[in-house]
Amino acid sequence: MTADRWLVLVLGLSLVAFIVWFFWLKRTAGARAAEVSGGYQEAMILVKGGYTPDTIIVRHGKPVRLNFRREETASCSDKVVFADFNKSAELPTGETVAVEFFPKEPGEYAFACPMGMFRGRLIVE
Amino acid sequence: MTETKLRLAGRSDEGERAGAPAKSEHITLRIGGMTCAHCPPAVEKALLAVLGVRHARVNLATGNAHVGFDPAAAKVADLVQAIRRAGYACGTAKTRLPIANMHCSSCVLRIELELKMMPGVVKAEASTLTNAVDIEYQPERTSMDALKAAIGRAGYRVSEPKHAADAEPLSAEEAASAAEYDLLMRKFWFAAAISVPVMLFSYPDLIPGLRDWMPMGSGTRRVVWALLGVISLPVLVWSGSQFFTGMWDALKHRAANMHTLIAIGISAAYLYSIVAVAFPRLFPDMRLAEVFWDVTTVVVALVVLGLALEIKAKGRTSEAIKKLIGLQAKTARVWRDGKEIEIPVEEVLVGDVLVVKPGDKVAVDGEILEGSSAIDESMITGESLPVEKGVGNEVIGGTLNKTGSFKFNATKVGKDTALASIIRLVKDAQGSKAPIQRVVDAVSGYFVPAVMILAIAAFVIWYLVGPEPRLVYATIVLVTTLIIACPCALGLATPTSLTVGIGKGAENGILIRSGDALQSAEKLNAVILDKTGTITRGEPSLTDVVAKGSDEETVLRLAASLERGSEHPLGEAIVKGAEARNLALVEAKDFGAIPGHGVGGRIEDRAILLGNAKLMRDRGIGIDHLTSDWERLAGEGKTPMYIASDGKALGLVAVADTVKPDSKVAIEQLKALGLEVVMLTGDNERTAKAIARQVGIDRVLADVLPQDKAHEVQKLQLEGRNIGMVGDGINDAPALAQADVGFAIGTGTDVAIEASDITLIKGSLTGVVTAIAISKATMRNVRQNLIGAFGYNVLGIPVAMGALYPFLGLLLSPLIAAAAMAFSSVTVVTNANRLRYFEPGRNAS
Repeated sequence: MTADRWLVLVLGLSLVAFIVWFFWLKRTAGARAAEVSGGYQEAMILVKGGYTPDTIIVRHGKPVRLNFRREETASCSDKVVFADFNKSAELPTGETVAVEFFPKEPGEYAFACPMGMFRGRLIVE
Repeated sequence: MTETKLRLAGRSDEGERAGAPAKSEHITLRIGGMTCAHCPPAVEKALLAVLGVRHARVNLATGNAHVGFDPAAAKVADLVQAIRRAGYACGTAKTRLPIANMHCSSCVLRIELELKMMPGVVKAEASTLTNAVDIEYQPERTSMDALKAAIGRAGYRVSEPKHAADAEPLSAEEAASAAEYDLLMRKFWFAAAISVPVMLFSYPDLIPGLRDWMPMGSGTRRVVWALLGVISLPVLVWSGSQFFTGMWDALKHRAANMHTLIAIGISAAYLYSIVAVAFPRLFPDMRLAEVFWDVTTVVVALVVLGLALEIKAKGRTSEAIKKLIGLQAKTARVWRDGKEIEIPVEEVLVGDVLVVKPGDKVAVDGEILEGSSAIDESMITGESLPVEKGVGNEVIGGTLNKTGSFKFNATKVGKDTALASIIRLVKDAQGSKAPIQRVVDAVSGYFVPAVMILAIAAFVIWYLVGPEPRLVYATIVLVTTLIIACPCALGLATPTSLTVGIGKGAENGILIRSGDALQSAEKLNAVILDKTGTITRGEPSLTDVVAKGSDEETVLRLAASLERGSEHPLGEAIVKGAEARNLALVEAKDFGAIPGHGVGGRIEDRAILLGNAKLMRDRGIGIDHLTSDWERLAGEGKTPMYIASDGKALGLVAVADTVKPDSKVAIEQLKALGLEVVMLTGDNERTAKAIARQVGIDRVLADVLPQDKAHEVQKLQLEGRNIGMVGDGINDAPALAQADVGFAIGTGTDVAIEASDITLIKGSLTGVVTAIAISKATMRNVRQNLIGAFGYNVLGIPVAMGALYPFLGLLLSPLIAAAAMAFSSVTVVTNANRLRYFEPGRNAS
């Protein structure tokens, strides 16, 4: 093999390794929902190209209120779905929409846009 | 303390209503205008003065009144009116007015200030993001027109107001998607216009005149190509801007999406072209110094067009819910202070008396006070024939009054109306997930990065072992692979079909509560039907008259005249039966009930007795000539009663709970769908079997206590079947919840039946057939979409990588890849839209 071929091969492999690491291996630490009066655990989530923060940590056995605020117009993110809790909410641009539910069991639950392009995790302890 | 929030905050407690025999309802009302400690007792006194109120407790601190009352004697409206008469406010209206010319935060302040200065305005919040102001106000003290005038005083204009609060998120969404569509189309036309010259001059070797004017390697060609690069740049940065912003937003979340793929693809093509024009000497061969400007512009044009078409098609998927929202009345004629005034529907309060004329829309839910009419309820229930309604009957907001005029008392307004609940339920269901979506979910998180890896792999392989010019081929393959992959088609496959399918259900009076219910309904192989109220009407009616020693007319006339004063349901059935035959009833004297036996009295100076065999035997009346008829009728599940005049038995009248007219057809259709049909009832076996024979059901579970119904469902499930249970949603709630799919037969405006997966607003069994047919059609559609979308990617990506090249010498052009990608998602949405043409009758069997 010529030198340029080696170069392309090495570059290609390292790019692949980078993609695997960047998208799949590295995980963000979660944000813990704040406990507010009324016993709710509350967190604010910004919807713009994804969910910020995308990992929310809550305690089980206490009601959770997640306030979503969507600041983009791409139609993909106009809804958020909590499949495990059978909840969904429309997120009109610029409005804060509260999604409330009650996690009974500890575990990890996903929430996403209907197409599954935006993903978030809810960690219930 | 000036009370500020005065909303109707409570709803009646459903559980209590279903359970306790002595009916009692509790409600929490927000009271406004309570300023001091002596106010609560005054409100309490006013409430307790209302007939039927059992207790009332008012809390000054929270501004709430907790009221327990007998729903038979008092209505919520009475409570609200009592509070108002006492001088306090109850219930505020909330509205959102869109402002046409609001630009900055100082506008926000000015509008809010002007509104807050108005008497009766509780809250005013304007926002430049929504370009609207949210107002909470007391309709007693101000009106919509006054609010608009105030906004006008502040120097702003209200754009046409939208109706009911619930509709707004969608309308706002709709406006946003219309704007998005327009923008995308402008981007498309721009990219398309630039693409024409770019295409032409990118392939000079194919066009005879150009080939000679700008030969390969010439300075002219370089200059022309450089110019092409310059005019392509706006396409990249403007028409294609969403790809880059989308990629960047996603990358910040360590995610990748369709935008990422397109952005990398077109950037790679553009960068290669820049290098080829700027530094042609870098390339060992002149043939390598190719430009791919055309790839950039054409891909942007096609994908942007695809996005625009997708928005259009997606808009159509929610047509059903838009129709429902469009049903909401905008104004209502209200009877206030002795005159009729027309007000916006948002200002109608519980307890208002509304006037409805022929051709009017019924504005909110209520109960007819006077007058009668035929009302077209097809938009809500799917029932095509107009329904006759009279005093005491329920009317549903959004339905159309046909013939007569009537006045009705508003019982549910705003978000509590049946229509608003239906809209909310349908929206929730459309947003829910079907279990089949999990397949897609499992893939979608890996899809885009995996495509990127495949594209890099293809580039490396083509560069290592591909034919010359290797770099050009490798670049083409890289770009094509990135562009052909379409995560959107995968993501859209299930949700769009669900949206259309659930919307179609709502159009036919069937509320499917979730994607889960929709998918489960497809797999049912047995349906359990509750008898009373489901297969039958649930109320007795006159079925037979037997006359021996007199004529039928006399027998029925005597029986009905005697029962006229009775309130027993069997008696009412006989009276109705006689009225239906236009018999003139006469006055009965000395009417008396003989408990456990029957009734007696004097008609036209004859002593008349109506009752069972024991009554006749006790009075020494011979009934032998009637016993065979009696037994025959009893064997048919009916309740026969003897009638005797002056000690002589004249004949029999029989009443029974009769089968709904379409039950038999519906059961036949269910069987035709391959479902086993089972009847479940608390009635005795003989009655149950009689009904079962009439409608063609073979398997009957009779004498089942209400609390055992769920257990019977479970037993059938243990036989390995997927069970659908059809019942009334109150007594059958546990059984509905136990079943794989619970169908609740709707009762008027109460549509949000918790225990059910599917609510049939029209109380007919054909709804079950339609629901199952819709489920089957929708799931078939979902599968087509999933197979299409998966198949497209599974075939398209390897072809784009050049898998066919070694065998057929075939390599996909990036331009074809872009067209395929753009139209794959449009195809998925269009296929989902085919479901809109579903017709229950045609597809049922």
